[in-house]
Amino acid sequence: MPSLVEAATSQVGRKLLTGITGLLLLFFLFFHLAGNLTIFGGEHAMNIYSMTLHDLGWPLWIARIGLALVFIIHAWVGISIWWRRRKARPENYHVYSSKGEPSRQSLSSRSMAITGIILLIFLVFHINTFALGDTGTVLIDGREVSDLKTLVIETFQNPLYAFGYAIIMLLLAAHLGHGIWSSFVSLTMKSRKCSDLMYTIGATVAILLALGFLFIPLYIYFTGGCGAMIAGSQCV
Amino acid sequence: MGGSNMTIHLKIWRQEGPEAEGRFETYTLDQVNEHMSFLEMLDVLNEQLVTEGKLPVEFDYDCREGICGSCNMVINGKAHGPKRLTAVCQLHMRNYSDGDTIVIEPARAAAFPVIRDLVVDRSAFDRIIEAGGYVSVKTGSAPEANTLPVDQFNANKAFDYATCIGCGACVAACPNSSASLFTGAKIAHLNKLPQGQPERKNRVLAMVEQMEKEGFGDCSNFAECEAVCPVGISISAIAEMRRDYMKAMFDDN
Ligand code: HEM
Ligand code: FES
Repeated sequence: MPSLVEAATSQVGRKLLTGITGLLLLFFLFFHLAGNLTIFGGEHAMNIYSMTLHDLGWPLWIARIGLALVFIIHAWVGISIWWRRRKARPENYHVYSSKGEPSRQSLSSRSMAITGIILLIFLVFHINTFALGDTGTVLIDGREVSDLKTLVIETFQNPLYAFGYAIIMLLLAAHLGHGIWSSFVSLTMKSRKCSDLMYTIGATVAILLALGFLFIPLYIYFTGGCGAMIAGSQCV
Repeated sequence: MGGSNMTIHLKIWRQEGPEAEGRFETYTLDQVNEHMSFLEMLDVLNEQLVTEGKLPVEFDYDCREGICGSCNMVINGKAHGPKRLTAVCQLHMRNYSDGDTIVIEPARAAAFPVIRDLVVDRSAFDRIIEAGGYVSVKTGSAPEANTLPVDQFNANKAFDYATCIGCGACVAACPNSSASLFTGAKIAHLNKLPQGQPERKNRVLAMVEQMEKEGFGDCSNFAECEAVCPVGISISAIAEMRRDYMKAMFDDN
């Protein structure tokens, strides 16, 4: 009988890990998107949301560390799977092509490692821009809190950021287009009918999620931060 | 033999031995009948080569009727060629047209070293079977058939997985060179039947371990294996393997 660690790092265990961590990251993204959309809420909605999170104290730190661990495990196992495949086929085919249906080979599935690595690099910049970014402060109910909303609006006036983010979100859609379905297969979905349905649902969720994320920077850029959907913007 | 004749250009991987450098050789056949099987077309080529005093192209086959799993080659980048649910011995030249160029390579995987030309060593599969792909039975007179009921649903499922002929196309086509479809089918076939119950835990643990030891890659759920499998085994076999593995780890009985 293998130990728990041996089982978790076996070929079966590794796929269960990418599946579970992939889904956990997906749930985090839903939560994150909901948070981002508060920018379209009331004048102070986003800053109140940010303040509420920060007021949580130690539970927030547990969530952060947990999330970081999930990210690290996911990226580590994913990259190691990709690494092993090179060892498993030292000499490549000179001609190779997919046989088509019911194969799930696609641009999306073939580029999981590349889109994943780009997402990881993006993450570092992203945390640096917003979580560690230099925000001013704003008074809400007599309390001085950091003004994340203004930082977001100012950042996305820069076309490099606005379009850069939009492109990264398209890569996220590509990662999840195969990924959501794949995680269900990793977590032992068997039925053929479920499989086809899940593929459609997975790809649709992936696209909607990415559209949700990329709408924000593009909206801010094209309205110069003065769009009607953003309450209390300071523009004339 | 009626039917029209055509000219076929071949680009075939030639390799003298496991350690030798391989290379493509090109050949042209101008009397290929559309009713020939793909392997018959290669027979014609080999006769021509032997007449010219050259070494024939080595390739594996036995039954030539799609049931033994001996034949295995990658044709224009697809294991067993262009047709679904068809082993290369069952593929006919009418699937090609006059003047086509066909590229033929051996299955490529670290775990399937080339022996010569298109013949690869698939004994890694035998060792996966040895690790757990068997059932232990008492010797002596055959038991009375009705003492061991198998419900229809599981009997059908087990039979679906049992149709695996072990040709290795799944490994050849998988971008990761994973043997998960083969291993999953062999495990599920026995784990679905009452005869397979006593050894079910050890079976899945040992076979998964052996598959990794042999140097096959991981499964990334590309499902290319299902597309090339000549008997149409579904990737649900892989899900069964993952489920059985978890049960073996966490279920006490
Ligand atoms: C933004 C957060 C991310 C989400 C929501 C996400 C989601 C997913 C999902 C659902 C899967 C399918 C899991 C499976 O097949 O079992 C997956 C697979 C994968 N992910 Fe991610 N991922 C994210 C970030 C990353 C990062 C940062 C990397 C690596 C640097 C990465 C690399 C991979 C790889 C290589 C696979 C394929 C694994 C395989 O080949 O079996 N992902 N991801
Ligand atoms: S030669 Fe037996 S399956 Fe093709």
